[in-house]
Amino acid sequence: MSQPPSQMPNLPLRLELSGISKQYPAVKANDEVNLKVEAGRIHAVLGENGAGKSTLMKIIYGAVQPDAGLMVWNGRPVQIKSPAQARQLGISMVYQHFSLFDTLTAAENVWLGLDKGLSLSEVTARIRVLAESYGLDIDPLRPVHSLSVGERQRVEIIRALMGKPELLILDEPTSVLTPQAVDKLFITLRQLAAQGCSILYISHKLDEIRALCSQCTVLRGGRVTGEVDPRSQSNAELSRLMIGAEPPRLRQLDPLAQPPLGTTVLELRELSLAKESPFGTSLVDLSLQLRRGEILGIAGVSGNGQQELMAALSGEDPRLAPGQLHLFGADIAGANASKRRRLGLHFVPEERLGRGAVPTLSLAQNTLLTRTENVTSMGWIRIQKVQQLAQDLIARFQVRAGGAAAVARSLSGGNLQKFIVGREIDANPKVLIICQPTWGVDVGAAAQIRAELLKLRDGGCAVLVVSEELDELFEISDRLVVMAQGRLSPALAVADASRALIGEWMSGLWPQEVSQHAEA
Amino acid sequence: MLKLETRPQPSKLMSLASPLLALLITVLIGIGLFMLLGRDPLRGLQMFFWEPIRSVNAWSELSLKATPLLFIALGLAVCFRSNVWNIGAEGQFVIGALAAGWVAMQADANSSRWIVAAILAAGVLGGMAWAGITALLRDRFNANEILVSLMLVYVADLLLGYMVYGPLKDPNGYNFPQSITFLAITKIPRLLDGWRANIGVLIALASIAAGWLLMFRTYAGFALQVGGLAPAAARYAGFSSRRALWTALLLSGGMAGLAGALEVAGPLGQLTPYVPAGYGFAAIIVAFVGRLHPVGILFSSILMSMFYIGGELAQSRLGLPKAITGVFQGLLLFTLLACDTLIHYRLRWVHSRVAPSVRA
Repeated sequence: MSQPPSQMPNLPLRLELSGISKQYPAVKANDEVNLKVEAGRIHAVLGENGAGKSTLMKIIYGAVQPDAGLMVWNGRPVQIKSPAQARQLGISMVYQHFSLFDTLTAAENVWLGLDKGLSLSEVTARIRVLAESYGLDIDPLRPVHSLSVGERQRVEIIRALMGKPELLILDEPTSVLTPQAVDKLFITLRQLAAQGCSILYISHKLDEIRALCSQCTVLRGGRVTGEVDPRSQSNAELSRLMIGAEPPRLRQLDPLAQPPLGTTVLELRELSLAKESPFGTSLVDLSLQLRRGEILGIAGVSGNGQQELMAALSGEDPRLAPGQLHLFGADIAGANASKRRRLGLHFVPEERLGRGAVPTLSLAQNTLLTRTENVTSMGWIRIQKVQQLAQDLIARFQVRAGGAAAVARSLSGGNLQKFIVGREIDANPKVLIICQPTWGVDVGAAAQIRAELLKLRDGGCAVLVVSEELDELFEISDRLVVMAQGRLSPALAVADASRALIGEWMSGLWPQEVSQHAEA
Repeated sequence: MLKLETRPQPSKLMSLASPLLALLITVLIGIGLFMLLGRDPLRGLQMFFWEPIRSVNAWSELSLKATPLLFIALGLAVCFRSNVWNIGAEGQFVIGALAAGWVAMQADANSSRWIVAAILAAGVLGGMAWAGITALLRDRFNANEILVSLMLVYVADLLLGYMVYGPLKDPNGYNFPQSITFLAITKIPRLLDGWRANIGVLIALASIAAGWLLMFRTYAGFALQVGGLAPAAARYAGFSSRRALWTALLLSGGMAGLAGALEVAGPLGQLTPYVPAGYGFAAIIVAFVGRLHPVGILFSSILMSMFYIGGELAQSRLGLPKAITGVFQGLLLFTLLACDTLIHYRLRWVHSRVAPSVRA
């Protein structure tokens, strides 16, 4: 991987964007963006959620038309009007969310996405060739529903490679992968680049970009804030470009000063649940103990049963058998979500809009979903106090919103996340279950949310965190469990866990005898 | 050229302006319609928009039409806001009328004035029972409430027919399909002597206030509406969807039944096969034109009654077919749905499609 440093652009330019702007009704997604991608270069586009990365990529891929700006492809000015045209030019894109039909085989899915008429057997043969030459280990005849997330991504990449692209766009490709799968992906990408294919790699993960990319364009608020060689930059320097400030350091706790682990407050006993939708995950024999004053992290690639487990714990899935869930020693398996909440169990779901908040109701009304202190015993709503609560939450968690009367839908994802997380933290729960606590919020707000979670824990609250971000879990958890294929691994003290070990367990490979040991 | 563009926030102003705009377009099309039919459009409009409100007596008559529409539409508004699609208010109205009529027939010379309360209660219970069938089938078998409630309208009509042709037929009625004329004691008390308007108007005004409080000031009303707006959020909050289903259907059924009781013990005074007058269906339009808001429904029910009365006047004075009422009602709903687009979108004038896309 000896690529020349970016200061010497001796490679021909594959793609050059200048002055690209795109105005949406509420925001300017791209503002005079310039971007130069050299042939055979892995070029990172770094930025927080909402920085305009996705819009820029959609413009390159022809899915969105820019308001202004010039695009030059292999030395020729072009106007890309549609993704089909982009593919003809040799631009392919792998989206963050896969678009595969679960009931079809890998080969059929690839076949469906092709523009020109190849037969299915020709496509199958070509997949085998591609899989062979790029180490994308995949059986084209397997149905997609039987593939792991990493394998599905490989199908998407193969589909993108079918047209022999000269530029491959990858949108947050590692968010669904185990650390081991990430390493495999990087090998493939380096091989592609060595053959002259340019790669635009969109991410907000600094370590990955530093490991993989030799050039990096940083976006903030729709504008380019830096054009650097990430290998020569520290994480702090990159994040300063990305958010305009260094991320605040989390208070490191003295391990000796931590309170001893408390009694078990929430206990799940041997829960097995069949999946409700064909593409859900069945839960198999889950047992879990959450103790007072600890943060227990659940690691794992999403889609391995976390959603189903959360619904069972929160009370949204009412199918628990008596005795399967205990809170403070009392059986709450039959209690619905509001009853569990009255007992002190609060929950932050992964979907903010539509589940954690009603999109068309105001923030003030949305406090009423989980906060009933402003409802009289007769069932009347105290409007003034509801408004006040929403205003307090907005101030305390620095939610950027047009006041308590703003409808939930009008907030950006990160700001709504702050509001919902804040609503539950502010309720002083005894048990808090929280999914992806910092998903989509900026680095400063993420640090604040994590600090609030630690504060809750220190105050004796039991916290269960589900997160895709291993770094986050290592940072705040006291113990870790891993969820894979609907099962839970034994719990590990975070001091005994390593990224490599957790990564291995994320594929479901934890030693069975250990779990028997733990149950004994 | 004109282009529809998504608004960042739904427009509050347009939400209120849209019904007025729809009314304006309805009137304009109405003028065209009168001209096509060779009638003086001014006189046609006068029938619909001036005659029904020109005198105290006109208002009294208007109130008789508006009250049942208002009751039914209020109940439907709660239903629709809860995402429960009760299309069969007409059937609940009929069964309410039938139950109330049966109680009224039990009156004799010794009955007290309070029998009116029993009549109204019977109407409410009848409507609730009929809506309860829909709720039960939905709850128990997940049967589609739109279809079930709609089909139960025809069952209710047939049941009414059976009763007035059979068991409840007036033995001295020369075999006409009608019940006995109810005793005067069972009549809904009138507001003022000389006009037909009755105390139903007062109950209706109280219901508007109660409906407003339920929707916007009670936790129960909030929970109902969350269930309609975002079912996943309702599950997350712990609001029971079954309770919402039963509450919404029983409430709207009861309101429709009350309207039926007021109708049969008010202006009708006896059971006939002509009790179903389409109020239950018209109230769906009333509810939506009134923005599913109690105060809005007050105005839209008055407007809708003007169409009813105007249609009758156009029939008798201009020689137009009675269907003109339905035409106006349908036009209003149609244009309203079209105008509602402007709540979420705005119109923008775009000069050209190609020029701004790429800057050279």
